[in-house]
Amino acid sequence: MFFYLAQQTINALQLGSIYALIALGYSMVYGVLVMINFAHGDLFMLGAFACLLLAVLLPVHLPFVVILLLVMLVIGLLGALIERVAYRPLRDAPRVSAIITALGCGLVIENTTLSLSPYPQFLPTLFVSKTLTFAGLTITTLQILIIGVALGLMVGLDLLIRKTGFGMAMRAISFDAKTVPLMGIPVNRMISLTFFVGAGLGGAAGMLYGLAYPQISATMGVLIGWKAFIAAVIGGIGSIRGAVLGGFILGGVEVMAVAYLPSTYRDLISYSLLLAILIFKPYGLLGHPPNQKV
Amino acid sequence: MSALTVENLTVSYGDIHAVKGISFEVRKGEIFTIIGANGAGKSSALRAISGLLRFGGSVRLDGKELRGIPADKIVALGLSQVPEGRGIFGNLTVKENLHLGAWIRKDRKAVAEDLDRILSTLPRLKERLLQPAGTLSGGEQQMLAVARALLSRATTLLLDEPSMGLAPKLVTEIYNVVREVNKSGVTILLVEQNANIALRLAHRAAVLETGLITLAGNSADLLQNPRVQAAYLGA
Ligand SMILES: Nc1ncnc2c1ncn2[C@@H]1O[C@H](COP(=O)(O)OP(=O)(O)OP(=O)(O)O)[C@@H](O)[C@H]1O
Ligand SMILES: [Mg+2]
Repeated sequence: MFFYLAQQTINALQLGSIYALIALGYSMVYGVLVMINFAHGDLFMLGAFACLLLAVLLPVHLPFVVILLLVMLVIGLLGALIERVAYRPLRDAPRVSAIITALGCGLVIENTTLSLSPYPQFLPTLFVSKTLTFAGLTITTLQILIIGVALGLMVGLDLLIRKTGFGMAMRAISFDAKTVPLMGIPVNRMISLTFFVGAGLGGAAGMLYGLAYPQISATMGVLIGWKAFIAAVIGGIGSIRGAVLGGFILGGVEVMAVAYLPSTYRDLISYSLLLAILIFKPYGLLGHPPNQKV
Repeated sequence: MSALTVENLTVSYGDIHAVKGISFEVRKGEIFTIIGANGAGKSSALRAISGLLRFGGSVRLDGKELRGIPADKIVALGLSQVPEGRGIFGNLTVKENLHLGAWIRKDRKAVAEDLDRILSTLPRLKERLLQPAGTLSGGEQQMLAVARALLSRATTLLLDEPSMGLAPKLVTEIYNVVREVNKSGVTILLVEQNANIALRLAHRAAVLETGLITLAGNSADLLQNPRVQAAYLGA
C-alpha cells in the first residue's frame, strides 16, 4: 500500500514538473501583459518537434544538453516573435482581442504542423534509461533526468526573477507597467524577453514530455496546454511560485486519480479541482487581486 | 542657460484638449513651479515632457528636441520624473526600487556610492531597505520616489505633486529634500496644487488654468499677486 503510494508519487513528480514548466509561461505572460497566451500549448508541442528535428535530421549526434538548449532557444525566439508580430500591435486594444489572436496563433501553429506531419511521430531514444530499484521502489534514470532538468530550470528561473535586473523589471511591469519607462527601462524589450523565457521553458517541457511519452503529434499541445493553464490558474495566474505549486498539485491529483480510481475520472477530477479552488480562492492559491500585489 | 524649453505644448486625449499650447523655460539650476487646480493639465504637461504622452509643439532638454523620443531614452538624456501618486513598485523591496532607478547606469561602484550618499540623508529609507516598498508610509514612499529618480543621475527632475496626501510636517520634510537636491545642482520642475508652499520654494513660477498659462513670473511676485492670492492662497 505504502509502496504503491510512493511509486505513484514519483510519477506525479514527473508529470507535475512538466505541467509546472508550461504553467510558468502562462503565468509570466499574464504577469506582464494581463493576457492569456493561448498559443503557449502549441509552443510546448513545437518543443517536442524541434527536438525530433534536431535528433533526426542533423548528421551529428548532439549531446542531450545541447539539444535541450537549442530547443529552448528556438522555441523562445518563436515565442518572442509571436508577441512582436501578433500581440504587440494589439497592446492597446481590449484584452479580448489579444486573447482571440493568441487562440488564432495556436491554430496556425497546430495546423501548420499537422500539414507537415499528419501522423504521430516517434522521438528516438536520446537517453538510454536504466531502471533503479531501492527499497522495493523502482525509478528510471529517465524519470530522474526529467524531474531534475525541470527542477533545475525552475530554480534558474527563480534566481533570474529574484536576482537580476530583468527579473526586477518584469516584476515592476506586472505591478505598474506605465511607470516602468520612467526608470529608463525599455518595456518592450523586457516583454520580448519575458516571452522568450516563458516560451523557452514551454519548449523544454515539450522535449521532456517527448522523452517520457515518445509518441508526439501536432495536437498534443491542446490538452496538455489546457491542463497547464489550469495549473497556472489553480496556483494564481501571474504568480511564479503559484504556477509551480499548481503544476505539482495538478500532476499529483491526476496521477492519484488514475492510481486509485477508474482512469476515465482523471479529467473530471482535474476540472472539478479547478472549479472548487476558484470558488474558495478566486485568485488561485498564491494569486492576488489586481492592484493589491504586495 | 536653459535646461528645459517648452514651446507651444499641446496634449489631447481624443477630443479632450488637456494642454492647449503652453510655453515656458526652466533655467539651469533653478526650481520652476507650475501651479494649478485639479484638471488644469499639470500632469498631462509633465507626462508629455517625459515622453509618456504624445504631444504637439516642442520640448527641448539642454537644446535637444525630445519630441518623438520614447520615455526610456529620455531618462538617459538626464531627465527624470517622479510621477503623480509616486509610482512606487509596491511588490519590490525598497532596495530593488532604488536599483531600478539606476537602470541606465552601468558603473556599479558609482551607483553604490550615490546610493550611500542619498540614503545617508534619508535614514528612514535606509532602515527599511529590504521591506516591500508597498508597506512604506506615504511620506516614505515619496522620499523613495525622489531618491529613485535621482539615482539615474538626472540633471533635470520633474516632480508631480510631491505633497499630495501628506501631513504638513511631512510636506515640509519632502520640500527640504527637494531644496537640498536643487542645491546639489539639479534643475527642478515642480507641479503643485499647494501653491503656498510651492511658490515659497521655487524661484520662478507659472499658473496653469484649463490648459493655458495665465500668469508667469518670479514666485515672490506671484505670491503678492492679488489674483493668485484669491484663487490659490485662500487669501
Ligand atoms: N487618460 C486620460 N483620458 C482622458 N482624459 C484625460 C486623461 N488624463 C487626463 N485627462 C483629462 O485631462 C485634463 C487634465 O488632466 P491632468 O491630469 O493633466 O490634470 P492635473 O492638472 O494634473 O490635475 P490634478 O491636480 O487633479 O492632478 C482633465 O480634464 C482630465 O480629465
Ligand atoms: Mg495631476
